[in-house]
Amino acid sequence: MFLINCPFCGERDQSEFSSGGEAHIVRPKQPTELSDDQWAEFLFMRKNIKGVQFERWNHSHGCRKWFNVVRDTSNDKIHSVYKMGEKPPVK
Amino acid sequence: MSDLRVHKTKYINETKRVSFKYDGKNYFGYEGDTLASALLANGVHLIGRSFKYHRPRGIMTCGSEEPNAICQISDKNDLTEPNVRATELEIYDGLEAFSQNCWPNVKFDIGGINNLISPLIPAGFYYKTFMWPKSFWKKIYEPLIRMSAGLGKSPTEPDPDIYDHKYVHYDVLVIGGGLSGIISAKIAAKSNLKTLLVDDKKTLGGSTIYQSNDSFKIDDQHSSKWLEKEINEISEIENLTVKTRTSIAAYHGYNYLLARENLTDHLSIKDKKDKIRQRLWKIRAKKVIVATGSIERPLVFNNNDRPGILLSNSINKYLDYYGVACGTNIILFTNNDSAYETAISLHKKGIKNLIVDLRKNSQSEIAKQAQNLGIKIYFNHVVTNTFGYRKINSVELMELSDDGNTTIGNKIKLNCDCLGISGGWTPMVHMHTQSGGKLDFKNDDQVFIPKEIDNDQISVGACNGDFDLETIIDKTVNKINIFLEINNQDYKNTKVGCSIEKEKRNIWLLPNKIPLGKTKCFIDFQNDSTAKDIKLALKEGFRSIEHVKRYTTTGMATDQGKLSNMHALGIIADTAGVKMGTLGTTTFRPPFTPLTFGTIVGRNVGKFFEVVRKTSIHDWHVDNKAKFENVGQWKRPWYYPKNGETMHDAVQRESKAARDSAGILDASTLGKIDIQGTDASEFLNRIYTNAWSKLSIGKCRYGLMLNEDGMVYDDGVTTRLAENHYLMTTTTGGAANVLGKLEDYLQTEWPELDVYLTSVTDHYSTASVCGPNSKKIINKIFPELDLNDEDFPHMSFKNTKLDNINCRVMRISFTGELSYEINIESKYGKSLWEKCINAGQEFNITPYGTETMHLLRAEKGFIIVGQDTDGTMTPSDLQMDWIVSKKKYDFIGKRSLYRSDTIREDRKQLVGLLTDDPKEILEEGAQIVSDTNTKPIDMLGHVTSSYFSPNLNKSIALAVVRSGKNMKGQKLIIPMKNKNINVTVSDTIFLDKENKRLNA
Ligand SMILES: [Zn+2]
Repeated sequence: MFLINCPFCGERDQSEFSSGGEAHIVRPKQPTELSDDQWAEFLFMRKNIKGVQFERWNHSHGCRKWFNVVRDTSNDKIHSVYKMGEKPPVK
Repeated sequence: MSDLRVHKTKYINETKRVSFKYDGKNYFGYEGDTLASALLANGVHLIGRSFKYHRPRGIMTCGSEEPNAICQISDKNDLTEPNVRATELEIYDGLEAFSQNCWPNVKFDIGGINNLISPLIPAGFYYKTFMWPKSFWKKIYEPLIRMSAGLGKSPTEPDPDIYDHKYVHYDVLVIGGGLSGIISAKIAAKSNLKTLLVDDKKTLGGSTIYQSNDSFKIDDQHSSKWLEKEINEISEIENLTVKTRTSIAAYHGYNYLLARENLTDHLSIKDKKDKIRQRLWKIRAKKVIVATGSIERPLVFNNNDRPGILLSNSINKYLDYYGVACGTNIILFTNNDSAYETAISLHKKGIKNLIVDLRKNSQSEIAKQAQNLGIKIYFNHVVTNTFGYRKINSVELMELSDDGNTTIGNKIKLNCDCLGISGGWTPMVHMHTQSGGKLDFKNDDQVFIPKEIDNDQISVGACNGDFDLETIIDKTVNKINIFLEINNQDYKNTKVGCSIEKEKRNIWLLPNKIPLGKTKCFIDFQNDSTAKDIKLALKEGFRSIEHVKRYTTTGMATDQGKLSNMHALGIIADTAGVKMGTLGTTTFRPPFTPLTFGTIVGRNVGKFFEVVRKTSIHDWHVDNKAKFENVGQWKRPWYYPKNGETMHDAVQRESKAARDSAGILDASTLGKIDIQGTDASEFLNRIYTNAWSKLSIGKCRYGLMLNEDGMVYDDGVTTRLAENHYLMTTTTGGAANVLGKLEDYLQTEWPELDVYLTSVTDHYSTASVCGPNSKKIINKIFPELDLNDEDFPHMSFKNTKLDNINCRVMRISFTGELSYEINIESKYGKSLWEKCINAGQEFNITPYGTETMHLLRAEKGFIIVGQDTDGTMTPSDLQMDWIVSKKKYDFIGKRSLYRSDTIREDRKQLVGLLTDDPKEILEEGAQIVSDTNTKPIDMLGHVTSSYFSPNLNKSIALAVVRSGKNMKGQKLIIPMKNKNINVTVSDTIFLDKENKRLNA
């Protein structure tokens, strides 16, 4: 049970949040122009890193805002938290 | 005072006698006794039978690591509790405890025959033997295993006790109230840090508090006296909270810990009543200091498990803390100095004892003290066997060879009534590893010690591998100052005098002349695994410690291998010829000691177990005898049985009434999302498969929502209330997820859209009136409202008033009947409903529940997302291509609709099924095949919805069938247990294909 520093509410218990998987996967603007393989890349392919990973989280039992988290999946250390649309920190 | 209660201590209140029952027999103890100390004072050692061989077992330790003395408390169906450690349970008036694992009783045990056939029960025996023949499993093997094994019995009634949860935040949490824990907590609290100190015992002080040997002094006092003074000062310290009888169950990441506080377990049955039994503390601490100490290791030799064999230091604690002698003629078998403290203590109380020491000698101060007192010491000797069935009566010693690999010389036989064993000390690193910490192996003491992980946690004292008094105090004080970034001088000048252990000798499996195969050298006492089992596992090719552990079940009992893990590792390392540190260790997982379910769930039991959502009309449904069904958290009327009707009869009646005259459904639970903003239409275009821009104000439209993978996700009717204002309905169960999904897209993919979403599910109640007479009923309720088909057609809505209360009336239909849904502010829901019922009385308006709703919609072939779909169905699979816009450039899931997989012709597709026998009702979930002769039988699909339609007077079903779209008229088979049912593929719409009834 880690603590997550919601950029809108502050530090809260993990149980208030839900994870939304890998961050910075942008929905293609023109899906119809993509081949099956290109679309599948967007649709299915997700990294599963042991180590530092960029993730989406939602404060689902709080402000309901989505934001990004940089988390080390090997020890759950959260390195940084930033709002949607903001530039990810460099590793 | 019994003969074995040999001296007075301040922890035992001899003015308060406590009576208790053990295995039906009455005993007395004193306030302050544990069940174990009280039984030992009564001369009772034999307390159970071992798990596999049913060997007699006795009390072995004095704490949470106890493998043998586990018992069943009370025999009442609601209060009985298994696996309670007698070494931790404080006795109280009225306590009734039973030995576990024995049948018919502890002294005569039928399972003991396993002991005689034990050569036939090697490691992995259960895996190997009880596998086949398969048919034996249910009737022979399982009952046999269950009867002869099993650790206690579960209560059969709900737990009547009250449990509590509490959330707390501290600057510093100290785990363990021994010497280093107390020093740490005091330093922290005095440095103005809000500190919590927890200890699982009833008194603080750990093992130092009963340490009375002259060799151990702090500031020129006995270490116990010094610590007592330190403890006495604690109550005056601000910022320091002390919780005794509180043990940490789990240490999670981010310094989040769970602690179980025992509040009433030690009270008499009378005093327990109506009080909170246990409290689960949910602790967040900025910094955690682990000071959990160490536990003594046993030694592994032949027959090391007889009653009367205890850990050496436990004998010391029973003597100096509880005042109880574990025997009158005691032998201490050790590889280290700590047993000498026990020997001297026993000697001082006049109890005959001698020492058998693996080491060639010991030059320490305490060893000399023992020698000077005339205590006989056999150096360089090893116990090779023990004797005595229900209790030890003698041991056999032999001399050790120089390298320690074999025994030499003649056997020496010595009588005794108790054997203390000590194989050294194992730091309790459980907390550290539970939190994710790694371990280092320290060769000197053959122990694993914590590897520092971060600056939020530290281990001090014996759990850090520091064993002598001087090092403990010195290192604790220094480390705590650095850890807390403070400069506390309180203990800087503390003078410590102590005996230092110089000689060390560790042998994991002691040598014996008897071949290993003929010995019983126990490693895991609770699960009955022996050194032989470990070696057999290695011989059979197991290498990973985790595999050996599971194969031999070593360390897998309720004590989680507190005593056994190190020996298992040691023997594996020795056998495989590798260094101990390179093997790794098994992972310690929470809970540290077992937790009752009551503690885990706290107050969330009974009606507080889960949130229950009720509509504002709920009470009416209850008054009218509705049977309810859970839909998500909602309670929805399922059907309304009349005069003892069965469910089938009620549903048939309700369904018929709805089509013949009028029915009414509480539709309040449907999810409702208010959508506003200048881009609301564009937003709907993107999330639904069909087009929304042209929907005029006042009109409603059915929409299908997909996942990005093209699979149907949710559906519902959305109404355009104003230019930039829509009201979306979702399925009852899907409401929260749909809102979450929509928010996700708005916030992350399309932040440029001006759209605001608000959940209004609970804001409105909905009565849905349907049937050929529904228009007349609505007219009676809203006489002002023009219900003319031209002015108020199907799929439109009107604002109106009911006694000055605003209402929305929508002409939408999920039954295929003429139908009106009235939305009103929730608090008026019941009054609206009653008005409908009254107005409908002359038309026999019939309230119907979800079952009838499902039947009526199935007659019309309307899908239920989640029943006829399962996350693998595209709109095309559902034969709903009509709702997918060809013109729209994009919507969620569009691109996926022509992936190579989604355009396959042979996908499972929704079809109707008609049974050849119209009375035969199919089972939902039943498999569908076309040929039962070719094996393996080709499975084509399954039945998703099935009902007997009273309106068509025949059975109807929906199903998903491979390539089903093109199979209309084809015969298929539903193979059931006793028969095959013949069916014909049909259209999915069974009733009123022309939709005439909508405008009836
Ligand atoms: Zn928030």
